[in-house]
Amino acid sequence: MVERIVTGARYGLRSWLLQRLSAAVMALYTLFIAAWLLQHPHPDYAQWTGLFASDVMRSVSLLFLLAVFGHAWVGVRDVVMDYVKPAGARLAIHATVIVLLMLYAIWSVQILWGF
Amino acid sequence: MQKNRPKYLDLRRIHLPVSGWVSILHRVTGLLLFLALPLLLWTLQYSLRSPETYAMLAWMFSHPASKIFLIVMLWAFLHHFCAGVRHLGLDLGYGVELAQARGSSKGVLVASLALTALLGARIW
Repeated sequence: MVERIVTGARYGLRSWLLQRLSAAVMALYTLFIAAWLLQHPHPDYAQWTGLFASDVMRSVSLLFLLAVFGHAWVGVRDVVMDYVKPAGARLAIHATVIVLLMLYAIWSVQILWGF
Repeated sequence: MQKNRPKYLDLRRIHLPVSGWVSILHRVTGLLLFLALPLLLWTLQYSLRSPETYAMLAWMFSHPASKIFLIVMLWAFLHHFCAGVRHLGLDLGYGVELAQARGSSKGVLVASLALTALLGARIW
């Protein structure tokens, strides 16, 4: 039976799935943005804000950013688990990273609906 | 539980096969991208906030030093992306044989560097 300590991966399956799903979401969005930039090279302010003006685009962009933060959480957690062995230090690092990512998520909403 | 397994960490002498390089670079670029997240968000914010902040960004990115930084981050993203796509393929069972895995690793390096050169030239 897996030892489900708080700073461990527990069963790992949910994180594994989150990482792959978020990767798929990010890939689709990236391809869309890349295609747009190829069609509008050197966009000016009007064109750029025009792209992000609709609620649909703001929402999809927020989805992309949330996928980034979820994906980053799993990745950083894995790296920290590999190199930081003392449980106390690991817990402190994990907690800091989680709080940072949550602040980034809140900031993202302000960015996307703040213009 | 105390483990006394032999450990060899002389980075100057460790030889990594090509798949090993792709793998460790996948980890390193991931960390780089994570550390760059606040900068990415700040750039997005300033690009949208006002014509003045947009112009400020354009001016900032016109400097060679900024362009070099941007190209490095572009490579980090492209390597992580291509290595990630390879990873998804392996997850689904494609290319698991040794020869195929080596081939796809080389493909990741070629693709990410080629795309970096292509897009980097446009940035420069």
